[in-house]
Amino acid sequence: MAGTDFLRTDLTAELAAIRDEVQGYARGYGLDFFEVIFEMIDYDGINSLAAYGGFPVRYPHWRFGMDYDQLSKGYSWGLQKIYEMVINTDPSYAYLMKCNSNVDQKLVMAHVYAHVDFFKNNQWFSKTNRKMLDAMANHAVRIRNYMDRYGQDRVETFIDRCLAIETLIDPFMPFTVVPKPPRHEAGAPSDETDDEAKKREGTGKLKVGRAYMDSFINPPEFMAEQKRRADENRKKGKRALPDPQKDVMLYLLEHAPLEEWENDVLAMIRDEAYYFAPQAQTKIMNEGWASYWHSKIMTQKALKDSEVVDFADHHSGTMAVQPGRVNPYKVGLELYRDIEDRWDRGRFGKEYDECDDIVAKAKWDRKSGLGRQKIFEVRRVCNDVTFIDEYLTEEFVERQKMYTYAFNRRTNQYEITDRDFKKIKEKLLFSLTNRGLPFIFVREGNYQNKGELLLWHKHQGLDLDVKWARETMKALADIWRRPVSVETEVDGQKKLYTWADGEFK
Amino acid sequence: MYNIKRDHSRFRGIVKGRIKQDLKKYITHGEMIARKGKNMVTVPMPQIEIPRFRYGDKEQGGVGQGDGEPGDPIGQGEEQPGEGEAGNSPGEHDLEVDLTLQELAEILGEELELPRIEPRGHKTVKAKTEKYTSIAKEGPNSLRHFKRTYKESLKRQIASGVYSPDHPLIVPIRRDMRYRSWKTDIKHENNAVIIYMMDVSGSMGDEQKEIVRTESFWIDTWLRSQYKGIETRYIIHDATAREVDEDTFYQTRESGGTLISSAYKLCEKIIQTDYPPTDWNIYPFHFSDGDNWSGEDTRLSMDVLKDSLLKMCNVFCYGQVESRYGSGQFYKDLKEQFGEGHEMVILSRIENKEGILQSIKDFLGKGK
Repeated sequence: MAGTDFLRTDLTAELAAIRDEVQGYARGYGLDFFEVIFEMIDYDGINSLAAYGGFPVRYPHWRFGMDYDQLSKGYSWGLQKIYEMVINTDPSYAYLMKCNSNVDQKLVMAHVYAHVDFFKNNQWFSKTNRKMLDAMANHAVRIRNYMDRYGQDRVETFIDRCLAIETLIDPFMPFTVVPKPPRHEAGAPSDETDDEAKKREGTGKLKVGRAYMDSFINPPEFMAEQKRRADENRKKGKRALPDPQKDVMLYLLEHAPLEEWENDVLAMIRDEAYYFAPQAQTKIMNEGWASYWHSKIMTQKALKDSEVVDFADHHSGTMAVQPGRVNPYKVGLELYRDIEDRWDRGRFGKEYDECDDIVAKAKWDRKSGLGRQKIFEVRRVCNDVTFIDEYLTEEFVERQKMYTYAFNRRTNQYEITDRDFKKIKEKLLFSLTNRGLPFIFVREGNYQNKGELLLWHKHQGLDLDVKWARETMKALADIWRRPVSVETEVDGQKKLYTWADGEFK
Repeated sequence: MYNIKRDHSRFRGIVKGRIKQDLKKYITHGEMIARKGKNMVTVPMPQIEIPRFRYGDKEQGGVGQGDGEPGDPIGQGEEQPGEGEAGNSPGEHDLEVDLTLQELAEILGEELELPRIEPRGHKTVKAKTEKYTSIAKEGPNSLRHFKRTYKESLKRQIASGVYSPDHPLIVPIRRDMRYRSWKTDIKHENNAVIIYMMDVSGSMGDEQKEIVRTESFWIDTWLRSQYKGIETRYIIHDATAREVDEDTFYQTRESGGTLISSAYKLCEKIIQTDYPPTDWNIYPFHFSDGDNWSGEDTRLSMDVLKDSLLKMCNVFCYGQVESRYGSGQFYKDLKEQFGEGHEMVILSRIENKEGILQSIKDFLGKGK
């Protein structure tokens, strides 16, 4: 791709030799990755790439500048430093910071190969676009063209609104249904004419691709049932509602009264959101996997005597635990090791689970030797939710000193609340499910028969943050161009928030 | 690289826009002064974030790792190295925006529509600056230019065939050494001096001083953006006047009577000794609650002003900070003497903190 040519900065002979060495070890352990192209850049380059999510060419937007601002400050104040960055593409690009020492580069390479193995093999990444580098660059060109034509402020403001709903997608959709084609593209082949389609509307009749299939797809019994249901609903004064739709972005793409360029911008941002979704779904697994392998490769193969101290220093830096948060590197790494150990010793299955002899359990070792095989399986099928749900054990939680915390209004600070396994697991799963964000669905697009958008918050014990909801709904209303409401609960009571005519109720 | 610089300046633009919007709030609270570094001001503002549906931080809580008993407080979670997301960490993130004083002055200037100051036309003061712009073959080791030296060395080794790419060992010899070297620039600049005078008699309370402090911070900021080399002098007075340093200026609380003329005379003396008006732009600011001891002294003050100070200064600014005890008579006297729209005497009444913004505009709005 032309855009990246000028930043192509090849490895030095020395680093190329290290790369080949590390790559050999990684393959030796059975890691299976796309080709990885390493590039050397300085701290400013890595900060800007990080702000762009790893991609050298993105569309213009101020938030990239904001992220860059924060990363640069963090770096110059010595608070944070990005060691490594790698993107999920084929071939994969990874960036090495120029000023790092060779032992750091070695560690990073090992880490990167494991990441790329994860990208390639974890099933949740299987639907991502591996040519995203090109897609991102195309998005950038298209958005820049729109900016030239319609003005930067106007386009940027519209992007702001799209970003406000970028989490309202359904990461499981790529695995369940074939995505519907956008409305400006041709639909599935059908010989139905527009007139016929109109006639069909409201009768509950299903769409028929070939006319001769009609009596099979819409048999008389089915039509009678549809009619009966429609009558019943009419009697109750209810309209038949479709199932709530989780992909709010798609709903807007299909139904919001957008101009063509707006539709295109929204579609691009949705594409990017779907591309990044698996990374949010597998943070613990992905970082854990990479840390597991850099540690393994370094300590067993690649490390020279003189490098041990530097390695230990940097490895422990990544593993550092801070109060009030889970370090995905640490938890992931430890959990893989725990799984490997359990499967090596046969500590799984009905017999082990039901054993209540503490001594026997502590000594349990069936010499199964299935550990390595098991963790490769886990990295293929799991995401963070299933990873934690399936493999987090009471012993592990205790060993890792995990706790739950909550905000205490009385003392006005965050406090440790519990070390109970069930509660910890529940809380951790909650924070991972749907990225710890509320479930929001589209209920209907013609609310009160006034063309208003009605959303539904599937309440799961926590109320929405009103201030944030208000701003998000404002953005939504701008896209929908009509009032937007969301059904939710506040303190256990049903509540309807509405943004209409510049006012929030 | 790439386009990040442009996105970054876009973001800075948004930030500056917010500061401009809230300028009155920032000025009234006076919190910027405490955050002043040498050439930078750090402005705190709420994090700018893309809105989304989410739970309240305080509602949610989360899972952590480490020692401690239930009930023990946990510190605020720091950002993870290398992670942009503020995932499940508690706490609000404040944005700290660094602005140069120049940028801050621009914002002030735009918001208050302040005209640029026309300096009086003597560019006599020479400023010498040394710039390290060139490379020399000789020099002290502390100025060694590593990259250039390395390049020279590399060139020599390649030319002489000693260099091997597989074993890239570079050994510089004396001939390869390169050093940074400087040039001296002489610039002619307009210099300016601000002389702050404050009445510290019993009637000027802490609140009044806070107002003076805030106002002088902004005046300083603006004038500094207009003149390269600026000096500040401070005079406090009750019945007698004396020159003090900046800290003392704001902290002293005297009691007793007020003889404004004493300050004006001292100001006159400072100007005469240190700042010949042909070379300097001179800005005396006087803050008082407007209570002078006697009509006699007021007359004396007017004379000093008329006959001496006004002939030397760009403008003379009098700010009257309203206090419960002051009569405010001096403002009326000045107004009577010079009239409201006088070219060189600018009068402003500052009723409370809210009034600071308008008062700054009064003083600096004339572009002198």
